[in-house]
Amino acid sequence: MITEQTSQIAFNKQVASRVFLMGLKSPEMRAAAVPGQFVMIRVRQAMDPLLRRPFSICRADGDLILVLYRVVGRGTEILSEMRQGDSLDVMGPLGRGFGHPPDGRRAILTAGGMGIAPLLFLGDSVGFLGCNLLAGFASSDQVIGPDRVGLLNVEMSVATDDGTLGRQGTVADLMEEHLSHMDPEPGMVFACGPIPMLKAIAAIAMRRDIPCQVSLETTMACGLGACQGCAVKASGRRDRSYWHVCREGPVFDARDLDWGAL
Amino acid sequence: MANLPDLKIRVGPLNLKNPVLTASGTFGYGAEFAPLMDLNRLGGIVVKGISLRPREGNQPPRIVETPCGMLNAIGLANVGLEAFLEEKLPRLRKLRTAVIVNIYGNSVEEYGEVAAGLRGADGISAIEVNISCPNVKQGGMAFGTDPDMSARVTARVVKAADRPVIVKLSPNVTDIRRIAMAVEDAGADALTLINTLTGMAVDIERRVPRLANVSGGLSGPAIRPVALYMVRQAVKAVRIPVIGVGGIMDYRDALEFLIAGARAVQVGTANFVHPRTGLHIIDGLTDFCRAYDIPAIEHIIGTLKEK
Ligand SMILES: Cc1cc2nc3c(=O)[nH]c(=O)nc-3n(C[C@H](O)[C@H](O)[C@H](O)COP(=O)(O)OP(=O)(O)OC[C@H]3O[C@@H](n4cnc5c(N)ncnc54)[C@H](O)[C@@H]3O)c2cc1C
Ligand SMILES: Cc1cc2nc3c(=O)[nH]c(=O)nc-3n(C[C@H](O)[C@H](O)[C@H](O)COP(=O)(O)O)c2cc1C
Ligand code: FES
Repeated sequence: MITEQTSQIAFNKQVASRVFLMGLKSPEMRAAAVPGQFVMIRVRQAMDPLLRRPFSICRADGDLILVLYRVVGRGTEILSEMRQGDSLDVMGPLGRGFGHPPDGRRAILTAGGMGIAPLLFLGDSVGFLGCNLLAGFASSDQVIGPDRVGLLNVEMSVATDDGTLGRQGTVADLMEEHLSHMDPEPGMVFACGPIPMLKAIAAIAMRRDIPCQVSLETTMACGLGACQGCAVKASGRRDRSYWHVCREGPVFDARDLDWGAL
Repeated sequence: MANLPDLKIRVGPLNLKNPVLTASGTFGYGAEFAPLMDLNRLGGIVVKGISLRPREGNQPPRIVETPCGMLNAIGLANVGLEAFLEEKLPRLRKLRTAVIVNIYGNSVEEYGEVAAGLRGADGISAIEVNISCPNVKQGGMAFGTDPDMSARVTARVVKAADRPVIVKLSPNVTDIRRIAMAVEDAGADALTLINTLTGMAVDIERRVPRLANVSGGLSGPAIRPVALYMVRQAVKAVRIPVIGVGGIMDYRDALEFLIAGARAVQVGTANFVHPRTGLHIIDGLTDFCRAYDIPAIEHIIGTLKEK
């Protein structure tokens, strides 16, 4: 069930360079949310910026939903200045979340940068013990681990583009490495991050016939499937030309997307 | 409790429970908003524009935010007439609110065919004709920018339809009064204005248009003064009722249009900002009438004092 309400900010703290973690009080959304779903937040009661901003739910804790966000523009800048006790208009949980890995099979969770957010929620709910969590970041000061959202003792393999932490390279390199000594093969690959990273991960998974689910980002206006502003091209496999990321996604089977058009 | 003010309003042949409708393309087929609100409280719902055949819409990116507004180039994506009747209308029909079907075509004939296709269908209060679409047969210029073409589309739809016809005007014209009068003469029962204003935005880093379609339609509070002025001009130029739309965010904005002479208003982009905007406006109008001892919303309409 989708809720639209004014939610109180339980906390809003910086957890990495330009990255913040916000706890929003909403027993309703917390109860309904599944990993991969997102919320639309109105950053302030003004005509500008006009539209709500979409953010993945990165954790459900007590009666809070948590969002992990990077300051990239005006909306997120305004959000970062909000304080505990302030209120925001929040709508969610929205969209279709991640599926489940087949019983007893390991899952690989791959994140690029802020793409870590929904995967933390996924790992937390299916159990990190059954997952390999792999994440790629630009540099060591950008790294966001599970501990930053209060998930302790969770293992994460890291790659950085500049080699300042973990393996030098991309999360796709990390995944190849893990796959080379995983037996049996993982039951499912989950991915969230920038398009080039998703392309690389999906290509590896599809080549090996491992089911792969990716979470996409697009510009959005309504978040409810009404405006059709969030379209992405579908692959020929399904009898339709576009998906709406807010409603049929943000999580898709990698085979249902036209990767050439993304 | 004191008497509730009467919000009922007549828009030509249409009887609405209140003057607040949702605008085409911003409220889907209603069902999308059903989990968040009681749709029956609305004065009416105008559904996404329907064409004869399904349309996929434009390549993404399709939307971009602009100061106090947004540009969209959705490309009139819709399920098509047949799927609308079979899949969408049955749910809409159950609502206790006016359902208005927005239609468009690529030729005068196609407009007529869509209107004819809706004949006899239960649960449709009126047809709203979007004439802002390109005329494919004649070089892609919008029907709505030419008085003769606007009149021809109107006449064709009026002839084919078996219920009230509202024509929705494009603001991308030099003199809105000429189009309004031509459409009135062609037999329209009412007018809606305005549709979006054509605009564009540029990504300065990549030096490309922000919309794949290059241009798009501007909507939201940024266009409200333009919409209000065009509504006022139309109200003075025609005798048929006018429905006002463009940047309405709250009941005060709605009142500006009603005072300027619109008999009803539509809420568009504001639905994205807050899905219950329509209901908030209805509550706001109720409270306003009470505070000023106005027994019926009818008493406000067209009361603008102009020297
Ligand atoms: C389903 C979904 C889930 C998301 N989850 C998260 C999340 O968990 N954490 C997080 O930090 N961000 C997330 N995003 C992206 C987030 O919505 C944008 O970063 C945010 O809207 C930017 O708002 P702004 O006003 O700060 O930036 P704007 O001023 O609107 O834009 C500034 C710059 O930010 C970039 N930008 C804007 N929108 C996006 C976008 N949708 N994706 C990528 N870059 C964008 C553009 O390059 C732009 O130039 C998600 C997006 C979607 C669609
Ligand atoms: C995403 C989007 C889609 C729209 N689709 C249609 C449409 O299919 N038919 C139509 O007549 N108007 C369409 N419109 C125009 C609106 O109905 C309305 O006239 C316009 O947005 C101005 O009102 P607003 O500022 O309140 O949004 C659309 C507007 C938006 C933002
Ligand atoms: S954001 Fe409106 S349909 Fe997806």
